[in-house]
Amino acid sequence: MATTETMTLNMGPQHPSTHGVLRLVLELDGEIITKVTPHIGYLHRGIEKLSEHRTYHQILPLTDRLDYLAPMSNNLGYILAVEKLMDVEVPERAETIRIIMAELTRLESHLVWLACHALDIGAMTVFIYAFREREAIMETYELVSGARMTSNFFRVGGLSQDVPEEFVKKVSDFIDSMPGYLDQYEGLLTTNPIWVKRTVGNGVISAEDAIDIGLTGPALRGSGVDWDLRRDNQYSGYEKYQFKVPTGENCDTFDRYKVRLVEMREACKIVRQGLDRLKPGPVLADCPQVCYPPKENVYNSIEGLIHHFKIASEGFYAPEGEVYQGVEAPKGELGFYIVSDGGNKPYRLRIRPPSFVNLQAIEKMCLGSMVADLVAVIGTLDIVLGEIDR
Amino acid sequence: MAENNRAVLKLKEKFAASIIDVVEFRGEVTVTVAKDSIIEILSFLKQSLQYNLLTDLTAVDYLGKKEERFMMVYLLYSIPNKDRLRIKTPVTEAECRIPTATQVWKTANWLEREVFDLFGIMFDKHPDLRRILMTDDWEGHPLRKDYPLQGPDREPYKGRLS
Repeated sequence: MATTETMTLNMGPQHPSTHGVLRLVLELDGEIITKVTPHIGYLHRGIEKLSEHRTYHQILPLTDRLDYLAPMSNNLGYILAVEKLMDVEVPERAETIRIIMAELTRLESHLVWLACHALDIGAMTVFIYAFREREAIMETYELVSGARMTSNFFRVGGLSQDVPEEFVKKVSDFIDSMPGYLDQYEGLLTTNPIWVKRTVGNGVISAEDAIDIGLTGPALRGSGVDWDLRRDNQYSGYEKYQFKVPTGENCDTFDRYKVRLVEMREACKIVRQGLDRLKPGPVLADCPQVCYPPKENVYNSIEGLIHHFKIASEGFYAPEGEVYQGVEAPKGELGFYIVSDGGNKPYRLRIRPPSFVNLQAIEKMCLGSMVADLVAVIGTLDIVLGEIDR
Repeated sequence: MAENNRAVLKLKEKFAASIIDVVEFRGEVTVTVAKDSIIEILSFLKQSLQYNLLTDLTAVDYLGKKEERFMMVYLLYSIPNKDRLRIKTPVTEAECRIPTATQVWKTANWLEREVFDLFGIMFDKHPDLRRILMTDDWEGHPLRKDYPLQGPDREPYKGRLS
């Protein structure tokens, strides 16, 4: 009598298609997956613990290092939570620039997703093209903040500085050319028989299961749930912008791909509307007890220098209470929950990372499929380990 | 106002004895309830009031600040009604355990593992209660307030010396 046994296969943490240091222990029956056990934590830096020992301004650079493919979305979520706690009003110009940068970040994050997802499935050309476009966004990052990835550009109450003059033209040119590039990607993938065979019917998760397991963002919308925080729980002035929220029907990897591509086109439209709304004005709230003073005051007056020194070293004291702010980050709902005991540091800062919760769905999405399909599922979940492990 | 919140009205009607506190701060409603009826309340909110998404589940350590050391925090969201509700329940250090919410939402699985890992709160009947971020042989629970920032085996940080 011939007998069969299942095989245990280790995948990662150093594996090119696990998008970082994700380790999966697979139980295989031939090529069929019967069990998936993810092991995470290889990148745990204790950001929540560190935050309890830093002033509110000092935490901001740590947030860049969560989802390092979308630093400005993390910045935005964090500062909005602090601004809610401090009840600070942000000037309109700062709000508009934040939205432009947040949407460029969405484009950037989705470009990396598309590039790596396609590469995992075997389409190398898209990888090269998408990284070419990403480079333009990185240059914009560098233009406004001086850094390509860890931007640390936003501040509680506004922005660290105004954008340079060439910003509008650079972003405008990019946004004009982006839809053409998106058509190019679609031409390479959407009707490509290999792409269709690999993605249609792969990683199916129903809307009920998706909500039960806590999926958010494009992964949830791919299952047909019409929900977007930018539209449904508006923040940072998104109510002034018109955009469509795409949803999928078949709950599979192909639909999630379509959803993200439409999101990229909509992001371009939001950036365009933002550029049209951009008017001269201050970029930092007039709120000296919370905000840094303008740089010219710091350099030219003793009061400004003292003010800067006080904000940089002691920070500000927040009222006792607790707030939660969720934003629609490229990967899903990114939330910051701050508990304040009245001190100048948060008593507890909890980060709700979208990738952490979304990764839980991996077992549901790939049980009974082939090992090669698992790679497509990891790609479609769009995870970043910096954010999962914190 | 917190008193007129749709969930608070219903909870006061059905679980009056279990409600410890209702607070509104910056437009966010927080209801603190007794630990004994937490699962009942969460299931009721999910089944009857359409709070179908468990956005987040976490804990706060109030060492030396409150009589009950830990506070469990459940952040609920209703996709049909687009509103949020925060439910909190105190957990004492002596009886550092609470029933699992995985029976209500599958999301709770990893989130509870994280709370167990970083705070050391036990979840009764959890299907897979293991450490998730720290290694399996790690000692202590890093997010507790009495856990040193530098780790247990290093000199505490005294600030920059230069």
